[in-house]
This record gives sequence, C-alpha cells and structure tokens, in this order.
Amino acid sequence: MTTSIHRAFSIGRIAAITGNTFTELTRLKIFYVVLLFALLLIGNSIFMAQFTFQQEFQVLKDIALGSMSILTSVLAVVATARLIPQDIEDRTIYTILAKPVARVEYLLGKLAGVLLLLAISVIIMSALFFVVLKVREQTVIHETLRQMRASPPEQMAEALGAVRASAFQANLFSGIAIIYVKASVLAALTLFVSTFATTTIFTTVVMVFVYFIGHLQSTARAYWLQTNGGGGITKFFLAFVALFFPDLQLFNLLDDIVAGTAIPPTLFAKTATLGFFYTGFYLLLAWSVFHRKEL
Amino acid sequence: MMRILLVILGAALFGAVKLPAEHAISQTHRELHFRAVDFDPALRDQIGQLGFIAGLSGFRSLVADVLFVQAHVAWERTEWGRVLLLFRQVTTLQPRAILFWDTAAWHMAWNASAAALRDSTQPRLALRIKAQREYFRLGKDFLERGIKYNPDRPQLYEALARLYRDKYNDHEHAAEFFAKAASLPGAPSYAKRFAAYELSYCEGREKEAYDRLHALYAAGESERLPTLIRLLKQLEIKLAIPPDQRIPDSIPQ
Repeated sequence: MTTSIHRAFSIGRIAAITGNTFTELTRLKIFYVVLLFALLLIGNSIFMAQFTFQQEFQVLKDIALGSMSILTSVLAVVATARLIPQDIEDRTIYTILAKPVARVEYLLGKLAGVLLLLAISVIIMSALFFVVLKVREQTVIHETLRQMRASPPEQMAEALGAVRASAFQANLFSGIAIIYVKASVLAALTLFVSTFATTTIFTTVVMVFVYFIGHLQSTARAYWLQTNGGGGITKFFLAFVALFFPDLQLFNLLDDIVAGTAIPPTLFAKTATLGFFYTGFYLLLAWSVFHRKEL
Repeated sequence: MMRILLVILGAALFGAVKLPAEHAISQTHRELHFRAVDFDPALRDQIGQLGFIAGLSGFRSLVADVLFVQAHVAWERTEWGRVLLLFRQVTTLQPRAILFWDTAAWHMAWNASAAALRDSTQPRLALRIKAQREYFRLGKDFLERGIKYNPDRPQLYEALARLYRDKYNDHEHAAEFFAKAASLPGAPSYAKRFAAYELSYCEGREKEAYDRLHALYAAGESERLPTLIRLLKQLEIKLAIPPDQRIPDSIPQ
C-alpha cells in the first residue's frame, strides 16, 4: 500500500484549478470578444483604404491596439469578477475547499486561469492584427511598385522603406505586452475586490471606478496641486489615493508607440516589473481577506 | 489590534516600493516627451465631456482618430473652419503623431488657402489674398507647434521647408529647415540636396551653395541629378569659376 504525503503548497493542485477555471470561462463563449475584434479590424481596414497609406496604418494601429486594450481590460474585470461569487452560488467552492486545498492555492489557480484566458485572447487578437497589417502593407507595396515602375531603384527602395516603416514597428510587441500586463493588474485587483464583495455586479462597478481613478489620478493630482496649492489635508488625501490605487496611466504607452516613438527597453522592463509587483500585491491582499472569510 | 498594525505596516511597505517606482517611470515619460497633453478645462470645452474622459482613460489616440476621420469628412465637404477646429483637437490629443501635424498643415496651407483664393462669394481679390495668407500662417503654426513636441524627428522640418519654399517663396528659411531635417536621423536622402538647391537661390550665399552642391556632386553618381547639375552650372557662371575647375558638360556613362 502506498501512502501519499500531503504538501502544503502544490503546483499540481493550482494547475488543476487553473485548467478548470479556464475551461469554465471558455464555456461562457468569452472568445466571441475576439470575433468582435476581428470584425472591427476588417471593417476598419476596408474603410481606411481611402486614406493615404501613412494615415491608414496609423489609424489601423490605433484602432487595433486601442480596442485590444479595451477588450482585454473588460475581459479581465468581467471574467474575474464572477469567479468567487459564482463558485459560492454553485457551491463548487465548498467541494474544493473541503478537500486539502489551501485557500491561497485556490486563489492562485483562479487568477492563473484568468491570466491564461487573457494570454490566449491577446495572442489571437495580435495574430489577427498582424495578418491584417501585413495584408494591407503588401497591397500598398504592390500599388507603389506599379506606380513607380519607371523610377530609379534608389527612389523605389526609399518609397518601399517608407511604406514598411509606416506599417510595422518592433515596438508594437512591447505595446501588446504592456496591454497584457495592465489586464493582469486589473484581474488581480478584481480578484481582491471579489473576496469581500457579495455580488458580481458590485465588483464590476467598483472596478469601473477603480479603472477611472487609476487613469485620472496622476493628471488630477498635478492639476489640483497646480491650482489649489498643496495644503496638508489635500496632500494627505492625494497620498492616500496614490497609495491604494494603481497609476494606470503608466501602462499607456500605446499612444506613443503608434505615433512612432521608440520605447526604451529599460522603460518597458520597469513598467512590466511594476505591473507584476501590483499583481502580486493585490493577490496577497486578496489572500489576506479570503483566508479568514467565513464561507 | 495586531491585525490593524500589520495592515498599516503592509500599506507603508507597499507605498515605499510603489510610489518611488511610479515616480521614476513618470520621470522617464516626461524625459521622453510622453503624455505631452495638457488636460485642462480648455481642452474639455473643445472635445466635450465624453471625449475628455475617454482621452484621460487611456483612449487618447482612439479619440484623436475619431476626430481625425471627422476632419477628413469635413475636408471632403470643404468646411475649412471645421477642419481647422478638428485638427486643433486632434493635434492637442496626440501631439507626438507627426502625421496629424503634417496633414493639418497641408490642409491649411495648400487646400484651404487655394480654396480661399478661389472663393466666389468674396468679390474683392485683396481680401481673398488676405484669407489665403492667413491659411498659410495657420499651416506654418501647425508645423512650428508640431516641431516643439517632436524636435528630434525630421518630417516636420521638411514639411516646414516645403511650406517656406512653395508658399512664401522664402528660399533662405527653406534651406535652413531642409538642412535641419537632413541633420536628423531618419531624414530622406533628398533633404540635404534640397537644402543646397534652396541655398542656390539666396542672394549673397551663392558661394556657400556652390560648395555644398559641389560636395554632393563629388559624392557620386547617385547625387548627380539633372537639377543639381543645372544649378551647379548656373553658379559656376555666376561665380566665374575657372574652366578647369568646372564640372564636365556631359556625364561620362
């Protein structure tokens, strides 16, 4: 007879919960979001064909990355907000936690399931985006070749270089990675809110406010300090907001990436590290509330 | 009590890591001219409450694109006042996008100015010319403001040089801005040549122009274009260059 030793922390148990969460979310037909994204991209590229190629590529990249950012943020909040309340409602949570599964494993598994779903969504959306961009780039290149048939080779090469430079930039990958990091932060924060919230709607509404506060706080702080001066109470309030809410503006590199600005690798690394730090911290907060929660 | 203390300690530790890290990243953003938008009440009045909130919430470029498409429609309808207003909003929201500044300046200095000169509702030529020059000024203003936000990129210097050359017939400024564009990374190969061309039209700077054109000529076959050769020959005559130092009449194949 073999006896298995119970470990306090098991990657296998987390992986099982992750897989289960991912399957559960997939069954909600969440990937329809990707279909919506595809329609938006194709519709946009058809409409934008009337512009010059620089304008077309700029708008295509803006729309694609902007909608990718919106959709992943919405997906992160909506998918995570329902996890714990749904498990309580279905009584699945009692079945899981009655087994030797630590609450931290349960939370980690749930968050990892959402992060996996977000990663797959981002990969599919990015692939779609790059295909559409490549197709449009090739169309423009063919048109340019046809129009410049009689031009000297140097001029032709310069024109084709301009088309390629307008279409594809390596920085787009950094932008997409930061979209994913931002969505991860939102997912972890939503998980934290859902540990003390009683309904999915409450969590979602709170997260909408957090989203706006996270984006507005740095601008509002600068404006407030500039116009009202810095009194003691004002500074305390602003410090309180800055302490508990993530500064989501720091993750908005897309506007500058699409405008053609190069993002230094150090800035990318710092931003991604900050994102993972937030994710870890909010997960820790979620655990600190959840491990004492009466179920 | 212990739990409250732990929460306070945790928050303090979190803040001690989070706030300096955020500050450092914000500082880098400022150094790189990111987030160069002034979100003030004047902008809110311009783009409306919804656009303002959307712009603040991380969808600045999306709002700018929507306004850009509206500006394109206004251009097709030749509503020049609306084109100007919308491009002011677009460039305010996305000041790092060269394309928006360039397109705005092109609409003003080329399209709207031509329309103003042919305005059939204005019988007085003097007023039509005045309106045309006002649109030139608006185009120049877009480019100059765009350069302030993007001093490290050559495209807007080149656009400003073209504006000085084609609209103001100001070869000195055109030469200056073509040369500035040519000195920046990513400049088109013709910028340096165009700077020398423009300089050749400037009274009193013929020698400087000749030296630059000659340097380009000496750089190789790819620079020996018909305009360059024509201008070089004109300057040789004007500056009385000795025959043995002149370029040959026909280029050996």
